[in-house]
Formats: sequence, structure tokens, C-alpha cells
Amino acid sequence: MSAPDAADVVRGRFEPGATEPLIFELGHPGRANTYFPNARALEEFLPAQTLRPDLPLPDNSELDVIRHYTRLSQRNFSIDTGFYPLGSCTMKYNPRVNDAMANLPGFRDLHPFAPDELAQGALALMYDLERYLAAIFGMAQFSLNPAAGAHAELAALLIAKAYFAKKGEGAARTTVIVPDTAHGTNPASAAMVGYKVVSLQSDARGRVGVDAIKAVLGPDTAVCMMTNPNTLGLFEDHILEIARAVHAAGGLMYYDGANANALMGNARPGDMGFDLMHLNTHKTFSIPHGGGGAGHGPVGVAAHLVDFLPTPVVRKTGDRYALDFDRPESIGPMRSFWSNFAHAVRGFTYILANGGDGLTKVSQLAVLNANYVRVKVREFLDTPYDEICRHEFVASAQELKRETGVRALDLAKALLDHGFHAPTMYFPLLVPECLMIEPTETESKETLDAFVAALRSIVEQAKRDPQAVLAAPTTTVVGRVDETRAAREPDLRWKAPA
Amino acid sequence: MANPENLLYSKDHEWAKIEGDTATVGITDYAQNSLGDIVYVELPRVGQTIAPHASIGVVESVKAVSELFSPVGGEVVEINPLLEKDPAAVNRDAFGEGWMYRVKVSGDPAPDLLSAADYEKLVTTA
Amino acid sequence: MYAPHTQSDIRDMLETVGVASLEELLRVPDAIALGEPLAVPRGLPELELQRTISAYAAQNDAAGYTSFLGAGSYRHYIPPVVPAIAMRGEFLTAYTPYQAEVSQGYLQAIYEWQSYVCLLTGLDLSNASVYDGATALAEAAIMAVNATGRRALLVSPAVHPNYRAVLRTYARGLELEVDELQFCAEEGTSGLDSLPALLAEKRYAAVVVQSPNFFGCVDVPGDSTRTAIEASGTVLIGVVAEAMSLGALVSPADWGAHIAVGEAQSFGNPVAYGGPYVGFIAANKEHMRRIPGRLVGRTVDGTGKLAYTLTLQAREQHIRREKATSNICTNQAHCALCATIYLAAVGATGLRRCATLNVERAHILAERVTRVPGFSRRFGAPVFNEIAIRVPDGTSAAAVLAGLQERRILGGVDLGRWYPQLADSILMTATELTTDGEIEALTGALGAIASGAIGGHAAPISGEASVVRA
Repeated sequence: MSAPDAADVVRGRFEPGATEPLIFELGHPGRANTYFPNARALEEFLPAQTLRPDLPLPDNSELDVIRHYTRLSQRNFSIDTGFYPLGSCTMKYNPRVNDAMANLPGFRDLHPFAPDELAQGALALMYDLERYLAAIFGMAQFSLNPAAGAHAELAALLIAKAYFAKKGEGAARTTVIVPDTAHGTNPASAAMVGYKVVSLQSDARGRVGVDAIKAVLGPDTAVCMMTNPNTLGLFEDHILEIARAVHAAGGLMYYDGANANALMGNARPGDMGFDLMHLNTHKTFSIPHGGGGAGHGPVGVAAHLVDFLPTPVVRKTGDRYALDFDRPESIGPMRSFWSNFAHAVRGFTYILANGGDGLTKVSQLAVLNANYVRVKVREFLDTPYDEICRHEFVASAQELKRETGVRALDLAKALLDHGFHAPTMYFPLLVPECLMIEPTETESKETLDAFVAALRSIVEQAKRDPQAVLAAPTTTVVGRVDETRAAREPDLRWKAPA
Repeated sequence: MANPENLLYSKDHEWAKIEGDTATVGITDYAQNSLGDIVYVELPRVGQTIAPHASIGVVESVKAVSELFSPVGGEVVEINPLLEKDPAAVNRDAFGEGWMYRVKVSGDPAPDLLSAADYEKLVTTA
Repeated sequence: MYAPHTQSDIRDMLETVGVASLEELLRVPDAIALGEPLAVPRGLPELELQRTISAYAAQNDAAGYTSFLGAGSYRHYIPPVVPAIAMRGEFLTAYTPYQAEVSQGYLQAIYEWQSYVCLLTGLDLSNASVYDGATALAEAAIMAVNATGRRALLVSPAVHPNYRAVLRTYARGLELEVDELQFCAEEGTSGLDSLPALLAEKRYAAVVVQSPNFFGCVDVPGDSTRTAIEASGTVLIGVVAEAMSLGALVSPADWGAHIAVGEAQSFGNPVAYGGPYVGFIAANKEHMRRIPGRLVGRTVDGTGKLAYTLTLQAREQHIRREKATSNICTNQAHCALCATIYLAAVGATGLRRCATLNVERAHILAERVTRVPGFSRRFGAPVFNEIAIRVPDGTSAAAVLAGLQERRILGGVDLGRWYPQLADSILMTATELTTDGEIEALTGALGAIASGAIGGHAAPISGEASVVRA
């Protein structure tokens, strides 16, 4: 793309609906803000050949920076501005007190190499958070080390690998069983520890069948990765028999915690026979997604796997806390420092705000909201697994597509025009034209009614005037994006005009 | 688009055109159509020895990935240079300018490849 | 509790669903039902909540100490404009920008981040960020393995010890071999002279070098080493654990890196006891299909209007599943946003000045500390903002640090924690925040410790000062 004239860039910028220029197209060299005092010349300290010849970044006034990024912020959907019915993502309200607490100077400015005796508050918080997680999910111990859910999942599989190696079964146990309702990270994580994936089809009830799992178990089974409730929003009611079968074959049960918001105070993965699990604290415990991270992904284990947890873990001796790195069986550290600590503070604040009684209520109301939306949506869309769901459910637009040509994708795009975010689409893969809806507990009945009304009106419009739905969205700052061009001619960065 | 009579086909939706000891290989029109807009083709290296039915590359569309399984075995002697710049050639003309690579075939080139008619049956019953 | 439900809402909704109670709605088989309340105290109203959490923060006594800690986590000035914009709810509470039409702002900001990383590292492309510096290195190593088909890695011992440890964690999973070079004890550099011989076998997928390295030293391969790296087809991974150095020092591309990885926490993100931070990966374009994680691309919408979108998604876990380049799902979008706003605010002029101040403060620190009898620079190579200081004979880094701690100074990290032969050396860090007064307090304390004044001090040097290993 050719370089626009700077004056034109700024002129065009203020027109309604205008494209916001890149920060690199704004500003002038030397239009600097005075944040730092003068320094002596670099050449006084360092040999010339160690110094970079140029630093080709733009200089912008602070006002222009504020205007630019404020305008960008306004070109975004967010929880603070609207409702996300995103299945398996748990887009609940992010209480601001969590951020205020994470930002306390005693936490924000604490250096990771501060001696343990000067970081007792942070260590106590990590310890207490870990204890609460263990209690809520019925595991022996968690490590707060992994940076996100997929990262914790990788940690869990490394733990399994180390466990089997220690038992002398490392060479034999090479497969991971993953149901077709699993998240995409499951097989990718398995590949990162060299495990082969065995896919398992769900039964007609949308569950993992006990016989089906017995058929694929063997001396090569390392881990069975499941989530409960599963991604259809259904509770795996035979989970104990499945766990017994996996354990009888010598394998481990892994719980993908993405759907943990349905469970608190109701049932615990530890009691269902799971040996390993991860949590997405940014889902269940209200840490802001921040546009895709940072996340927070504690990994938890049953008693026989505690020694393998990633380092460090917080150890309590008397009333003193310390980071414990001296764990010879550990898989080692997963990241640069101890944890995404600021997020640990947010999650801990959320747990204390709700308490055990509140968390139990959170899960109950999350399930109530999902069922409320489900029974309303089934009036105008197929809900292939028509029974009480947990925190989410799936609907299918297959029949609608056959009738009108309007697909799940088109419904989702049309929802954007009604001010709602799209649901999760085309997942899980076993439901054709799938819409996966998770309202979370923080949405009011009125909001849910408004969402259902919007979806209903789109379905009705599809039957009346499918072209109008296929053209959506029309009210957003850009229309449907040319993804083919994006992938065929990748333009991944700004380049200075020649 | 009809599957040309002069080509042989694999169950993995690839075609091979055998000329002497050389085979030209590509994916079928049926395959390109089910993948959608192809954005990238990863081909084997010239000089690489490949076994029949081995996974030797990938075809990417915007939101899907499909592995390439070679219908024949032998040594790769040429790759289609067009596809790096213009992967859409596979969508436009899967049996022509969208060819992928040439192999100097070793052994029986096509013990289990299908005729155009048999391949037609495979995709219409799929 | 943040749920808005009134009792009558709950009643009405249960009736709509057709069940009698919440308990009935959540019924599970008896054998797994939790038969007791959760072992978590009752919820707190916000006022009490703030008091409770603040009490934890207040126990972190380090807040009141003068600090020369660095070693991969850096205190830098954060202009208030950074949090003021980044904490806007439209950014903070947004989901991953899969729905491009309602995510143009975040997508553009990430495109700007990718551009900044390219401009700073000198490489062709960058992803939307990864967890942190250590995981960036591990992911880059996997890229190199996939690019070369080789399964061994050669790593400088002057790469951050935590990064090397994480690399080993990942390497165990993938069953990769990790070898280490011998480092040069005089210069504090990687001992790269032995590289040509080691690379001749073409066994290594990658050579990993960090500059400035863990000892703060500029540590880059010379021309003959670079020639050997190129000739052997080995990928040179350049690690930058202190991104601020990119404002002053030669870029990784200019010193020969094919892939540059590192930690950008220094740009607008607080130290926060270790996270969240923001790792970056930049690479030559030949690695485009192998780079892990999210990538934002610029394209158009149906009407030809400029638009941004996540692209090349076929590399990623949710499509390629077990054949994905990585299992990475999240990036560190919000931390990358903070870094982007920081870079936009300080600009080239501010970044260069801040980097220069770091160099200046570190050299003043080194000069003043080495004026204290018995203290000397451990290594000879040029440094950015960290310096290894050897303590007087007859004492140890640990003992000197404990003495400083008695005087409310965190003097740096004990290099003996990772390098037993360097138990006589402290890694001290100075940034633009380090004042003359703080340096004076440090040198005064070091003088007192060296002259044995500590012996007469009320509190003895504690032998319990947390000895930890990583």
C-alpha cells in the first residue's frame, strides 16, 4: 500500500466512519514527550560497533497517542459494552475491585527476585489461593506456574510423561484419548509431549460411552483428556465408570477446566476420578480476557502426582512462606517467573468476594441462565441434545440452512448488528452448523430476553429475506473481512514507505 | 469438472499423470472444491525421496488444513514454482496449472491407484 | 456475588425451564455429588474485601527497600498515559478478536505491536506475542527444529538461567537434546569461538545466544562465527531479556539472528512479582508458516475498506490440532497493548533517551561501586544496564547481599545461585529510576560491610536469607 500524505491522514481521520491511521502514519520526528531527563551520549560508555545506527519509530504527542488508542478502543466489542454468549469462554463480568487489588503498590512493584522474607504477603496469597482451588476442585495440590489454560494443559501432560517415565512405563504409554467434544488445544498439547492422539466419538446422548472408551484403552494409554460438563454442556454422568476403566488400564484422567464454571459447590473433578486438571482462572474467576490474554492457568494434581508439579510451589513452614524450587521429580519451570501473579491476585479477590456460598450460587445461576436461554431458543432453532444442560448448550442452524441458505456464521454476523457478540460457532465439530451458547451468571434476565429476541428476529428474517441476513453485518466499522486475501498476501506489519 | 481419463487417482484425492518413469502429481478438483480458497501449499523438496502414501506436504485454505499424501513413490525432481506466489492456481485449474510436483518413480508406479471412472464413484458415494 | 438475579427472577426462570429448584437443575449422580459446603469462607462485601487483600500487600516489606534487582524483570518508569488508556473497559474486557468486524481496534493495536517488534528487532515478521521471554525461547527452538529437521540445540550458558530451565522443560516433552557452550570467564561472554567446530557436524537445529546476556554483557557472534552458523544451516536464535536495550544496542537482525525472542515487560508493564509479562517472537519471513500463536494481518472488507483480521490461522491449534505449530491459544494481548502504548508515547526520542539513561546509570553504578575497596567488575565486556560485581576476598555474594538487606537495600542477585563458580559475584541493575542518592546509599553500605563494620552491628548477617535454586 502506498504511503498516504500525512496531512490527508489527519484530515480524513476525523470524518465519521473513517479508518483510523496507524500510529506510524501519525506524528513527526522530534515531536516528543518529555518523560526522561537528558542523558550523556551513549558513545561515552559503549563502543560504537555495539550501538544501533537508527531507531525508526514515530514520535507522537501524548494527546495524539491518547486520541489514537481511545479511538481504537471504541472500535471493539467488550463485556463492558455488551453481552457475549460465547460458549466455553465464560465471558462473565470482570469486577473492577480485582484490578484495584492487583494494582496495589505492594503487589505491582514487588520484584520476583525479592527475598522470600520480604515477599510474605505475595507468597501467603499464592498459598491461600492454591489451598482454595484444591478445596473447590478436590485436588491434592495446584501449581500456579503455568501462564494460561493451554500452558497448564501442557504442564499436565508433561507431569503424566514424567510419572510414567518414573514407573518405567515411559516407552509403552504413548497415546492420549481425546473425545470429539474436546477443545483444539488438547491434541496440540499432546503432540508437544510426543503423544499420539486417539479420537473418540461421542454416543447418541452426546457423552463418552463407557464401552467406547474400553475399546480404545490399552497398555499404550497414557492419558484420557475430558471435560465435564462437556462442550455440549452435558454432564458426563458415567464419569466414575470411565475413570475406573482408565485407571484399570493404568492410564491417568485429565480434566480440562474450561467448563469449571458449571461445577463449583456441586461436584469436584477430584471426586470424579480425575488425576490431573487445569483451570482457566480468567474464565471461572473473572480475570479480564484483555483481548486474548494474559491468561492464568493453574495446574492441579491428585496426591500421587504432587512431586511432579512445575516449580516453584509455595511451601508453608510454621507461619512463614517460601518458594520451593527443590523438587527433584518436578517437570521443571514452565515460564520465566513464578506465576502470572497479578492475575492470581484478581482470582483470589474474586474468590474472597464470593466465598464458598457465593461460588456455589455462581454455578447454579450460570446453569439456570443457560437453561433459560436454551428453552427459549429451542422455540425457533434446533437444540440437538434436548435435555437439561449445564452452563452452556448447543443449537444447530442446519435445518435453517437447508431452508434458507443462512448458516450459523450468518446468524452470528447478524447478531453483531443487533449489538450482541457472536456465540461460539462450528464447535464442537460433531454438531453441524453449531452455535454454542454460554450466557454466564452475571447476565440479567432482561439481557437474556433481549438476546433471545434478537436471535429470534434474525431467524425470522432469514426465512423472509435471507439475503439481508447474508449481508450482515452492516452496522459495524467494517463489513465481513476478506480472509482469503489476508492469508494469500500476508501483510503482517507496517513498513516505512520506500 | 470431469476427472480427466488420462490420469490415475488415489483415495486421498490426489491425481498422478504417468509419463515414462515420471509422474506429475496434484490434488483433484473435488479436493480443491471441498477445501475452499487455498492460501498456501507446502510441497516436498526437490531431491527428497518419498514413499507411496507418505505425508509429504500440506494444503491450507483459510480455515482448514489438509495433508498431501503422495500417490506414488520415488524422488522429487521438480516442484511447481507458481504455487508459492499463486496458490489459487490449484482452485482455478487443479488438473492443469495447479499441478504440484514431479516424481521420478521407483518401482510399480500405481499398484493401487484408481481410474477416472472408479474415482468418480468414490467421490459420488462419499 | 456479581449475579443480578432477584428471588423472583430465579422463580420465573425456573418455571420457564420447568424444574422446581436450582438443586434439581444441577443434580449429579450421588456418588460424586459434593455433600458439604465448599471449604471457603463466606463472601466479603467490597469494603472488607479491600481491607483483607490490602493486608496481604502490606506484608510485602520489599516495597520499602532500595532495589538493584533486575535479572530478567525490570523496574522502569511507566507514563500514566499507559494504564489510563489500557485500562479502558473496551480493551480490558474484550475477548480474543476472532470476530474481526467488532474487534478492529484491538486488531489494529496488535498489528502495531507486531510492527514495533519488527522495527526494534530488525526482522521481517512478529506474532501477536507469547507468554514471556522464556516460553518465547522454547517456541523458537521448536520452530528451528521444524525448519531444520534436526533435534539438538546448542545454548549459551549466559542465556538467562530461567529461560534455559524452561527450554529444558519443553525439550523433555519433545525429546530434544540441549547442549551448552563453555562461557568465557574473563569477558563474561558465550565462548562463541568454539562454535565453528561444534557446528561442522550440522547436528544442531539452533544456536541460542542472549545479548545483553544474563551478566549484562553485550554478547554477539563475530563475523567468522556468523559465517559458520550460516554455512551449517543452523538457526541463530537471539534472546533479548531486557527489551529496553533495543533502544540503544545493535538489533538482533544486525548481529545475525534469524529468530529474535525476548521479554518486553520493560515497555509499560510493572514487575508484578513475575507476571503477567509479554514475550515476543520475531523472525525472517522464511519462518512465516512456522511462527506459533496468533498473527494479525491487514486486508480489506467486502467493500474494499481497510480491515484487520487474525490470519494464517491454519497454523494454529484450533484448526491443525495435533499438527499445529504449538498448542498456544492465548497471547498476552493486554500486556502487548501496554507495550504498544508505551512505545507510541515515548517514541524514538524517548526510547533512545531512556535506554541511554540506563546505560549511563549502570556505568555510574559500576564506577562508584568499584571505588569501594575490594569490589571490582567481574567481567570485561561492555554492558547495558546490569553489571556483575565481585565482592572482596573472604566474603561471598550471599553474605554481602544479606548485609545490604539489613540496611534496607536489595543489592542485586547472587550469581552463585545458578553459577557456583560465581558465588563471589552480584548482578546489580540500574535503570533510569536509579538515583544518585540510591547509589550513594549502596556504596556507603558496601563500604561498611567491607570494612567489617557489620560485625558490630546489632543484627548478625542472617544465614537464613532465602537460599533458593531455579
